[in-house]
Amino acid sequence: MRITDTLKFSLSTFRGSPARTFLMLLAMSIGVTSVVALTALGEGARRYVTDEFSSLGTSLLIVIPGRTETTGGSPSLFIGETPRDLTLDDARALLRYSSIRQVAPLNIGSAPVSWKQREREAPVIGTTAEFLTIRHWEMAQGSFLPAGDPESAGSVCVIGQNIRNELFGASSALGEWIRIGDRRFRVIGVLQSAGRSIGIDSQDLVIIPVASAQALFNTSSLFRIFVEAKDRDELSRVEALVIKTIKERHQGEEDITVVSQNAVLATFDKIFRALTLTVAGIASVSLAVAGVLIMNVMLVSVSQRTPEIGLLKALGAPDRQILVLFLTEAAMLSLFGALIGLILGELGIWVMILLYPSFPLTAPIWAVVSAVSVALLTGLVFGALPARRAAKLEPVQALSRR
Amino acid sequence: MIQLDHIERVFQVGDQKVHALHDVGLKVERGEYLSIMGPSGSGKSTLLNIIGLLDRPSDGQYFLDDKDVSLLTEKEQAKTRREKIGFVFQFFHLVPRLTAAENVELPLVLAGMMPGERKQKVSEVLQAMGIGDRMHHRPEQLSGGQRQRVAIARATIMQPTVILADEPTGNLDRASGKEVVEILERLVDNGLTLVVVTHDPELGQRAKRQIKMVDGSIVSDTLRSV
Ligand SMILES: Nc1ncnc2c1ncn2[C@@H]1O[C@H](COP(=O)(O)OP(=O)(O)OP(=O)(O)O)[C@@H](O)[C@H]1O
Ligand SMILES: [Mg+2]
Repeated sequence: MRITDTLKFSLSTFRGSPARTFLMLLAMSIGVTSVVALTALGEGARRYVTDEFSSLGTSLLIVIPGRTETTGGSPSLFIGETPRDLTLDDARALLRYSSIRQVAPLNIGSAPVSWKQREREAPVIGTTAEFLTIRHWEMAQGSFLPAGDPESAGSVCVIGQNIRNELFGASSALGEWIRIGDRRFRVIGVLQSAGRSIGIDSQDLVIIPVASAQALFNTSSLFRIFVEAKDRDELSRVEALVIKTIKERHQGEEDITVVSQNAVLATFDKIFRALTLTVAGIASVSLAVAGVLIMNVMLVSVSQRTPEIGLLKALGAPDRQILVLFLTEAAMLSLFGALIGLILGELGIWVMILLYPSFPLTAPIWAVVSAVSVALLTGLVFGALPARRAAKLEPVQALSRR
Repeated sequence: MIQLDHIERVFQVGDQKVHALHDVGLKVERGEYLSIMGPSGSGKSTLLNIIGLLDRPSDGQYFLDDKDVSLLTEKEQAKTRREKIGFVFQFFHLVPRLTAAENVELPLVLAGMMPGERKQKVSEVLQAMGIGDRMHHRPEQLSGGQRQRVAIARATIMQPTVILADEPTGNLDRASGKEVVEILERLVDNGLTLVVVTHDPELGQRAKRQIKMVDGSIVSDTLRSV
């Protein structure tokens, strides 16, 4: 039997039972649509996050106290040595290198913040003037912390939009004195409510000079040191420099971890890739469901078309030919279903783009290709049982009307 | 051409054995016109199915054109059915979603013939059966007699050497049954071998050679006195 005739014969069976065909196409296309649309969403989320991160600047290094790597059997573990704290002097020591543009120490804590009768608990960070440009933040009103000696504990603060709204409502915040913990600070600026900030929501922050924060939280250590390199290409050299400098200052003990923005980016990238794959996996369950449906409907079809199968055998079709006919039918159904699903999926993506233009949405090629091939494979695998059953029918039994 | 020796066919129904054919021997020459008659359940259809390679005997030997068919593979048997044997059934067995022409075309399609060649043959055969104007009708749009003529066209289009017909008029009224029989007999005039299973004595008696079966055995094999 010629290939074109095989295809034509399958098409004629679809015409013969349009309702059944529609049902199978529907099941298959729903499966493919969900794979395509969901992976587009996952992929879109990944690109959105990585784009956001890149906008933060990729020449940033973050110094964290303590080693996060497990150095299995390191002697320091047995001695039970705790990592030394990061200090303001550590931060200042980094400033002497020409390859480092700027450094911002960071302290973080939480304290009740109040103005007149209004009070709320808010995250408080202590830092220096450089933090504004390092984080690419902008001011809505007033100015950020003044540049100058980080050791001087000025009584000024910068607040986020939410804090401003909650404490001051309609009245003006600039120049007012607010109470943070047991100290008083004058508001000198309000942060712009820019969405570009991952990790901390700038809108809920209160920012004070780092020395004030150390006094407020009664500590001499730092939570982080942000280091911005002059040149992005020198990032790894700067990283080594940072590690070496602080190691020297910590009696030769390498007790810090340096994370580059790139590493964070890579981690997020990995997380979102895994997420997309998971979503794709879940969506492909619906492909399997479609496969089971195809199998069921085809089994019914085989029993309904038993006389026809008997006839084909009587007319001289070998078992193999019957097998090929039914497999072709399953393959065509799943392929058509997949194509319809692709079109629906792309249509859905198009609608979502219309609704959320800023969200980068496209179905990744690998998802499209694998959805279609999984659909085809599902059709063939689940079509195999009915096809084999058809091929194995005894012609006499198949022809007799029982 | 057809030679059956000591054919047995035993069906296992539960733990009971049904002896559908018992020690059947039969020799049919090319161009013969044969009718098989007998009471219901006497094994007529079973015998026809074995001759047509739709069923295998439990025991005994069957030579078709001097070849032992039990030595043929499934694929070779299919090929033999395709090329040498044409079936006509009581219930027509047309594919309902295909037109008359497409039904007749089916054996050619299975044989892998080129489409251009097929169309030509199909229309010739349908013309010869007198239903050329019904080519593009589906079975449900045809009368019983017309359906059986489509089925005969399909059985003959591969130019087989044997036509096996199981109660070809069983589902037809007298008039159209007679027409169908005349068409089948015309095939004999053209040199085909025809084996007809029937309950209808009038039809059976038209055959030159008449076989009577009872309880799975051939009890008489007579030539019609001219
Ligand atoms: N597949 C089968 N399984 C079990 N028994 C069968 C099977 N096919 C036929 N038989 C039995 O074999 C015997 C012969 O059946 P067959 O169909 O050949 O009779 P028949 O002469 O064609 O009868 P009818 O005139 O009613 O068509 C019957 O007893 C029948 O019950
Ligand atoms: Mg019968």
